[in-house]
Amino acid sequence: MALTEITEVIERQEKSKGHLRRAMERLVRKKIAVACMIALLVVYCAGIFAPLIAPYDYTEPHYTAIRKPPSLQHWAGTDLAGRDVFTRVLWGIQNTVIITVVSMATGGLLIGITMGLIAGYFSSKVDSLIMRTGELFASFPDILLVIILAYALRPRIIDWARWVEDNTAIDGIVRSGVVDYFVVSIALVAFGWVGMARLVRGQVLYLKQTPYIEAARAAGAGTPRILFVHLLPNAISPIVVSVSMGMGALIGTEIILSWLGLGIQPPRPSLGAMLLQAGSLSALREVPWLLIAPGSVAWALVLAWNLLGDSLNDVLNPHTR
Amino acid sequence: MWVFIARRLLWLPVLLFATSIVTFTLVRFGPGDPAEIILGARYDEQAAENIRRQLGLDRPFGVQYATYMWGVLRGDFGESYRYRGRPVSELLFPKMWVSFQVNAAAMIVSLAIGLPLGFYIAHKQGSWQDPVAVTIALILMSIPVMISIPVALWGLCLKLQWVPCSGWGGFWDLRIIVPALTLGIPGVAGLARFMRASTLDVLGQDFIRTAKAKGLTQFAVDSRHVLKNAMIPIVTLLSFALAGMFVTSFIVEFILGIPGVGHFTIDSVFNRDYPIIMAMGILGSAAFVIANLLADITYAFIDPRIHYQ
Repeated sequence: MALTEITEVIERQEKSKGHLRRAMERLVRKKIAVACMIALLVVYCAGIFAPLIAPYDYTEPHYTAIRKPPSLQHWAGTDLAGRDVFTRVLWGIQNTVIITVVSMATGGLLIGITMGLIAGYFSSKVDSLIMRTGELFASFPDILLVIILAYALRPRIIDWARWVEDNTAIDGIVRSGVVDYFVVSIALVAFGWVGMARLVRGQVLYLKQTPYIEAARAAGAGTPRILFVHLLPNAISPIVVSVSMGMGALIGTEIILSWLGLGIQPPRPSLGAMLLQAGSLSALREVPWLLIAPGSVAWALVLAWNLLGDSLNDVLNPHTR
Repeated sequence: MWVFIARRLLWLPVLLFATSIVTFTLVRFGPGDPAEIILGARYDEQAAENIRRQLGLDRPFGVQYATYMWGVLRGDFGESYRYRGRPVSELLFPKMWVSFQVNAAAMIVSLAIGLPLGFYIAHKQGSWQDPVAVTIALILMSIPVMISIPVALWGLCLKLQWVPCSGWGGFWDLRIIVPALTLGIPGVAGLARFMRASTLDVLGQDFIRTAKAKGLTQFAVDSRHVLKNAMIPIVTLLSFALAGMFVTSFIVEFILGIPGVGHFTIDSVFNRDYPIIMAMGILGSAAFVIANLLADITYAFIDPRIHYQ
């Protein structure tokens, strides 16, 4: 008797913890997942606190130390103009982090989830309108769309920022580089929301057939309550996985854009532009260490998000294993 | 299913029409004036005016679009701005052949590693080899090509001097090795994982148990029953992968100086060669959409359990 009672108590405790909580407990038992989270934390902190950590100024050339391999003074060496690579990588991380987090928050989370909820829950007319628009965005090879968008938008947005500068007291918008953030974020958002919207829509379509939604409606719950209290929390597992995987893809795309010169403009450093400089044949022949710092950071960022997404998938959707 | 295919086929022109409008609008309102690009340093107001009239840029937007699309429907994508007098199609099609060869080589690399790997680790489910193989594949998948190519070049070309560093010499040339590896290896993770899942799915089926119970050897079961059925979903993934490789090869071609469409498109974006960007937007989205459609249809034909409404 006592044994069954104990198991019952344990079972009740297990249940009361909730799906997410139990999944998180399983997650911290995975060594790879913990390593990824620590790595992400370190890199993100390094980026956010770049102004405090960076040993030098990112534009300051050191004429006595041009093209020097890594040393105690310059941990990652210096580039062709004698600028400290470690400093520039830190600032580059900051740019990548800001852009990708903003794009994910607006494109993936805000637009993607809202569109998915609306499309899945409401009439088939709204549903087809949203999903057809999504299909339109998704039918371009995505890099091509992002490149054309970034390229076509930049001058428009710069004109617009100039207009604001001329007509209001706000000054220095163009010089501060905000325009670059804006251009890249819009391009990334345009390509980022569709996947999330499709995912959420699929979940909602399935969940709204379930008895507990019917019960909620019978109990008098309004549409917002059903959407945000009943549907969204139950669709959270695939969303979490998709955010983690999506961050890896966003970072990759941001690096491609700045690599092509369509992202953050010099003299502000970006990982993509540093990779471009380090990847040329002459640079590989003469200054191969330029590739090490930005390359390993970019790889680590993409990898950590992908591996974390993989682990999250294991713990949140155990039946798919 | 025929209704499904018919509906998708009817939807196709609508989608292509919409993508062409988006591309046309973005490119038309993009930076720069075509007349300035064509004239370059010889710019003067009168000549620019003539060129604008000649290209029809002074006409209303709707008319410009209609004229352009009428041409596209007849296979005429206009003339390149940069290479004056040469039609876009004549410039693009030889480059598409080059890109296709690069992608085919990469696909061979992905398949040759991914499929056997996935098949193998499905049989090792639960052992340490399974998660290790998946993780290694993920690690390789996450390398951005801007890193993997310089590293490959540094090793294979500068240090070992096995392959020439850049350029293009056709499918049977050594220079295809670097793009094939750097494009193909990231594809291994997806393929291996997919093959593993689909093999596991088949391994759990009743007919596999029957096959084993009637005394077939492991090899006979694998080759005759498991492999055949596990390949079904792979077919779908392949058409997606083709479309996907078309995308990544933009960057790879650009870095390695391979004269394919990807390289050409990026060049055209920077040279503001609008007719070429436009043609790429339209052809690219068409290829993408048709690949997806083919995947759906193939899937429906191969697996009779699938019903589309």
